[in-house]
Amino acid sequence: MCLAIPGQVTEIHQDNGIMMGKVNFGGITKNVCLAYVPEIAVGDYTIVHVGFALNRIDEESARATLKMFEDLGVLEEELEAPDEVHE
Amino acid sequence: MKYMNEFRDGATAQRLATEIRQITTRPWAIMEVCGGQTHSIIRNGIDQLLPEEIELIHGPGCPVCVTPLELIDKALAIASLPGVMFCSFGDMLRVPGSSKDLFRVKSEGGDIRVVYSPLDAVTLARKNPEKQVVFFGIGFETTAPANAMAVHLARNLGLKNFSMLVSHVLVPPALEAIMTSPINRVQAFLAAGHVCSVMGYWQYPPIVDRFHIPIVITGFEPLDVLEGIRRTVAQLEAGESSVENAYARVCNFEGNKTAQKMLEEVFEVTDRAWRGVGTIPKSGWRLSPAYREFDAEHRFQVSGIETKESPLCRAGEVLQGALKPNQCEAFGKQCTPRNPLGATMVSAEGACAAYYNYGRFVTLEKAAQPVHA
Repeated sequence: MCLAIPGQVTEIHQDNGIMMGKVNFGGITKNVCLAYVPEIAVGDYTIVHVGFALNRIDEESARATLKMFEDLGVLEEELEAPDEVHE
Repeated sequence: MKYMNEFRDGATAQRLATEIRQITTRPWAIMEVCGGQTHSIIRNGIDQLLPEEIELIHGPGCPVCVTPLELIDKALAIASLPGVMFCSFGDMLRVPGSSKDLFRVKSEGGDIRVVYSPLDAVTLARKNPEKQVVFFGIGFETTAPANAMAVHLARNLGLKNFSMLVSHVLVPPALEAIMTSPINRVQAFLAAGHVCSVMGYWQYPPIVDRFHIPIVITGFEPLDVLEGIRRTVAQLEAGESSVENAYARVCNFEGNKTAQKMLEEVFEVTDRAWRGVGTIPKSGWRLSPAYREFDAEHRFQVSGIETKESPLCRAGEVLQGALKPNQCEAFGKQCTPRNPLGATMVSAEGACAAYYNYGRFVTLEKAAQPVHA
């Protein structure tokens, strides 16, 4: 039930006084209510649940998380590398 | 898809699993609160990547599973009334009531519609003025803003033929109920990321202070879940307890203030019975007095409901983490997704359905052995 999918906002319009828009989910576009993310702009990514955008995806946080995962690998590789032999 | 594929990378998952193995020295029992996370864990085999000291306990975060039987029976009664068009998320149609489900009502001639969004139900009400359109408004805090907007829009449009059967449940009171249960084994929570996208996580520090348990806000992709577990284990091993956010691209402390304002206007807190668990004080939302005229329980007087659960079903124990689905005698035999005895076998989030759909048919004998003998 709490499944929410990331997508990119491609269009914003008003419908019955409510902010609506189109969101592209990897090629499939759906009408989505944007009333809870009034600051969102075309091109932003958002997370959508039962036809409602819940939040704008913070791209900087996403990049930071992925960078941290990368660093985790780097650290592991460094730990696995043999110690320098000192005579 | 962007923001999904990057968080499903197998090599990174292995690295995170290795990191978790390296920091784990003792047995820990961690509950993933949300049923969506349960499905991610079982589908991706995340539990099998973890060291055997880590046990994941599947939480009650499946709204379809915890919607009280009495309300399902009310839904069935209302949906059977002439002139009613009953709208619901698809998950609810196969949930067993005391004697039948919504599919049966449909086969008996009931006008049952599956909708993707609650706004679709409002549209149906506008297009069918001769019908009483009722929407089954279930869900956690994630779904509540959508349901609130539907009622709000119906009121703004002056619709007299739209109402909602509301069974909203709230996460924080459920966490407190789990922690105060005499059978509790949970030592840390992976909090439900999409609930927090709406509510933020300002509600959690008091729970951490009271019970001294780590709470880590966790997403749903495999790497998100593994990172949530890694941070949780790091806290447990260090003897620390705090709220951490491992899903920062979607959640922040405050949450979505615009949505919270709408929720405050449309709903009010109420005691709620959770199917299989019992009544938890102040654990639900119902329509506030300003919106009471849209409450289907007020609009349709349904009486004479006598609830009856299957005597074989042990969904309550599964929902409280006391029993793994494949430890139930009826699992995969009398109870399957096609013929479910309990709601946990129905939903895309129910733990029993996850075990069934992803082939976790461990023999009862093996499953009955304690993990840490």
